[in-house]
Amino acid sequence: MAKAKSNSIATPVLDTSGLDGLIKLLRDKGYQVIGPHRADDAVVYDVIDSIDALPAGWGAEQSPGRYRLRRRDDDALFGYGLAPQGWKRQLYPPRQKIFGASRQNGGFAVDAPPPPSPPMAFIGVRACELAAMGRQAKVFGDRDFADPGYQRRLAEAFVVAVQCNEADSTCFCLAMGSGPEVTTGYDIKLVEVVTKDRHVFITEAGSPRGAKMLKALKTGKASPADLSAAERSLRHAGQQQRRLDAAAARALAANPEHPRWDQLAERCLSCGNCTMVCPTCFCTTIDDVTDLKGDHAERWRKWDSCFTLDFSYIHGGAVRTETRSRYRQWITHKLSTWVDQFDETGCVGCGRCITWCPVGIDITEEAAAITDQGRT
Amino acid sequence: MSERKRPKLAVWKFSSCDGCQLTMLDCEDELLALTEEVRISYFLEATRKVEKGPYDVSLVEGSITTPHDVKAIREVRKQSKLLISIGACATAGGIQALRNFKSVKEFIRCVYAHPEYIDTLTTSTAISDHVPVDFELRGCPVNKHQMLEVLNAALNGRKPTIPRYSQCIECKETGTVCRMVASGTACLGPVTQAGCGTLCPGMDRGCYGCFGPMENPNTAALAAQLTALGQSRRDIHHLFRTYNANADAFRKESDSHG
Repeated sequence: MAKAKSNSIATPVLDTSGLDGLIKLLRDKGYQVIGPHRADDAVVYDVIDSIDALPAGWGAEQSPGRYRLRRRDDDALFGYGLAPQGWKRQLYPPRQKIFGASRQNGGFAVDAPPPPSPPMAFIGVRACELAAMGRQAKVFGDRDFADPGYQRRLAEAFVVAVQCNEADSTCFCLAMGSGPEVTTGYDIKLVEVVTKDRHVFITEAGSPRGAKMLKALKTGKASPADLSAAERSLRHAGQQQRRLDAAAARALAANPEHPRWDQLAERCLSCGNCTMVCPTCFCTTIDDVTDLKGDHAERWRKWDSCFTLDFSYIHGGAVRTETRSRYRQWITHKLSTWVDQFDETGCVGCGRCITWCPVGIDITEEAAAITDQGRT
Repeated sequence: MSERKRPKLAVWKFSSCDGCQLTMLDCEDELLALTEEVRISYFLEATRKVEKGPYDVSLVEGSITTPHDVKAIREVRKQSKLLISIGACATAGGIQALRNFKSVKEFIRCVYAHPEYIDTLTTSTAISDHVPVDFELRGCPVNKHQMLEVLNAALNGRKPTIPRYSQCIECKETGTVCRMVASGTACLGPVTQAGCGTLCPGMDRGCYGCFGPMENPNTAALAAQLTALGQSRRDIHHLFRTYNANADAFRKESDSHG
């Protein structure tokens, strides 16, 4: 992922076979290509080998606690909105082995680390997802203790961003300033244009390696109709039902005793789904395992959630025994104290926590209610 | 086998289907390694060779359903340094705890030609309702990896890494798409302890709650959502009344949809 942005004069387009060519080229260059793929009643990000794996003509409807695939009335390849889980899975896997060690001559020897995994190429990264990568990159790198694994995976990743042409009912990227326009953080940016007789991707390189890749592909020129369609789509994607006042939400931390926390706790399952699907949540726990003999031990790093009891366990017991205090911890960190830590909000407005909450708790609604913004 | 003194392991059975003991035999690759580390002193499912107690570690499968069981479990406790109950029967009373909600006398009268031969309690209860238990391993049946982890921890004198959080976290770790959200399927995952390896959600089924209630389960909120998804009171009642019907949280929730 690179930050530079090129300014091309004649806007190039790729057609569908050109996009297929891009996937093939990335594969030939040794990238593991990951892109949208229909599986298990959803469009998920998975390893793909050609354009045939993309969910042509599939869309999805998202609302609080509900996700349904639906057929679109066109053959759009990127018309499905957001996958259940973002690119966090790839950049920051749920289980990572830190090291293994074996007993040896009264001491122990650390196992040789496994060879690094191949670089990844991501197809279909949305603006909010790029923003989320930026947030995590900061957490895992800007301070004194960089996470080398994360930084390597991110630096190597070839990012093909796709600008959203429409918004789901759970989207609020506009309010969070993270979308829907793709402006930075990509190697290649695509804007899909689908009409009855034309299916192209307006293409822009965002880095030298992106430009090099594009040069190797057969591109056409964008027509004025393509460009105006793209503009219309972007406006369409900006029509979002939900909003969150990030500045006002900073006051969450100043309302620790608001009665709303108790009402929330009646609905909240403390199941942890919101934290798992959140593209910026970064907490982990460490598991040490041994073999039966006790001769080999391994240390694993696993995704953790502030909704579990063990998360706040210190000597003598857990600090946050009530659901209200766990939800409060999560939302205040996300919208309030994250700003103190990292000078930006921890929410990118993707709406995953709203869609994938089994009981449909809505972060925008709760933030507004607790900071008394006149909504309930 | 070497002369090295290995800890003595006993595996006991009370009222149960033997599935958890079979999970132990299903360890296959690890089973030989296990026999190198422990001495299997009592495990009738595997061998008729029996050694006298006391035992270093006892795994107890099954629930307490007869007056004989009540005495026997006390003897097992007396003979065991560590007692680990395994499976939904041993930790919550199992599917047979459905009897707790009905008249057992009536069952006996309907089922048996000679009811006078039957000597049973009116309830099926967990091992920990009768004797102190050092660790409860959940599941119907238990998960082989968790079983090995518990034995492993016992042998190495460390705390077992067995999470008490929801099944949802395991589903998300494995990348399983939420059945409830993506297809409206009734699922106990948000109130059930993780650990099965995402067996049902991974096969397009909702969670049946085999691993019993998670830490702080909010069963009422889940039941309200299940209602919104079109489940009837009867459906919800039945959903909570399976393998862990007698676990506190599940029993209370099923009662309120009676």
